[in-house]
Amino acid sequence: MKIAIVRFPGSNCDDDALHVLGRVVGAEARYAWHKETSLGERGESVDAVVIPGGFSYGDYLRAGAMAAHSPVMGAVKEFAERGGPVLAICNGFQIACEAGLLDGALTRNASLHFECRDVYLVVEGKPTPWTSGIPAGRLLRVPIAHAEGRFVHPDLAAVEKEGRVMFRYVDAGGGETEAANPNGSMGNVAGISNARGNVVGLMPHPERASEPVLGSADGRLVFESLKAHLEGKGRRV
Amino acid sequence: MIHAKVYVTLKRGVLDPQGQAVARSLARLGFAEVADARIGKYIELKLEGDRAAAEKRLKEMCERLLANTVIEEYRYEVSE
Repeated sequence: MKIAIVRFPGSNCDDDALHVLGRVVGAEARYAWHKETSLGERGESVDAVVIPGGFSYGDYLRAGAMAAHSPVMGAVKEFAERGGPVLAICNGFQIACEAGLLDGALTRNASLHFECRDVYLVVEGKPTPWTSGIPAGRLLRVPIAHAEGRFVHPDLAAVEKEGRVMFRYVDAGGGETEAANPNGSMGNVAGISNARGNVVGLMPHPERASEPVLGSADGRLVFESLKAHLEGKGRRV
Repeated sequence: MIHAKVYVTLKRGVLDPQGQAVARSLARLGFAEVADARIGKYIELKLEGDRAAAEKRLKEMCERLLANTVIEEYRYEVSE
């Protein structure tokens, strides 16, 4: 199981992603620098790609706008077009939207604050490599850390209908309330998939909550789901 | 040399919390007549070539990078 973790100037969750995939989940994980045009070592193929969080290119112009056009993203797009699993976390989600890998946009939190705290997510939608190992309706406690995470979509009803909402902000009891929505996202949406289901993006950080010592290991389910998928054991539990 | 002024603003209907905060601050300062504030970006560009070419290329620049047309709209002014 070979994973490429894309690294831009300003990425800051790349080490966390490498740690979780490499040491916690047991994958062979490597960085793909933004100037590289292939994802694997010496042009070898990889099995999955993670676009981690951070502040790529200093968030200049718009979060993710510059990174979306970097050389490595050409390789990520080709990989995604072939159906390869891609997980885009936080700034990665912003980059994926800017690059057209996912639809919609992420803009300034309604609160105007940088929101940095644990949230609860409910897992739903059609099965994807990143979620099929998680029982539908399972709540995950994971942190968020962003100022521009308000999900906006011109036709959210279509996204809902296609079962592409993967994660939604809820309260500790699973209630989809306004108070549980940390950034004003439409429909409390925290993460979506593309139409094919291989690309998933979310604002919260599963990689920061994948071991009990960090207060929650719920995020590990996302990476274990990928592992089960790649081992041919992926199915909606 | 062509001088271009590009204005990128949030589409009507997209919540602008920064604009709202500015409108509230202005009201607190006594500018009670402020009914709304919308915040956008202003970008100055210098381009080589002629005006017609610049207009065409500017549209492409806005579509591909300067604006996110999911949530933003843009306009530009060109002078020589």
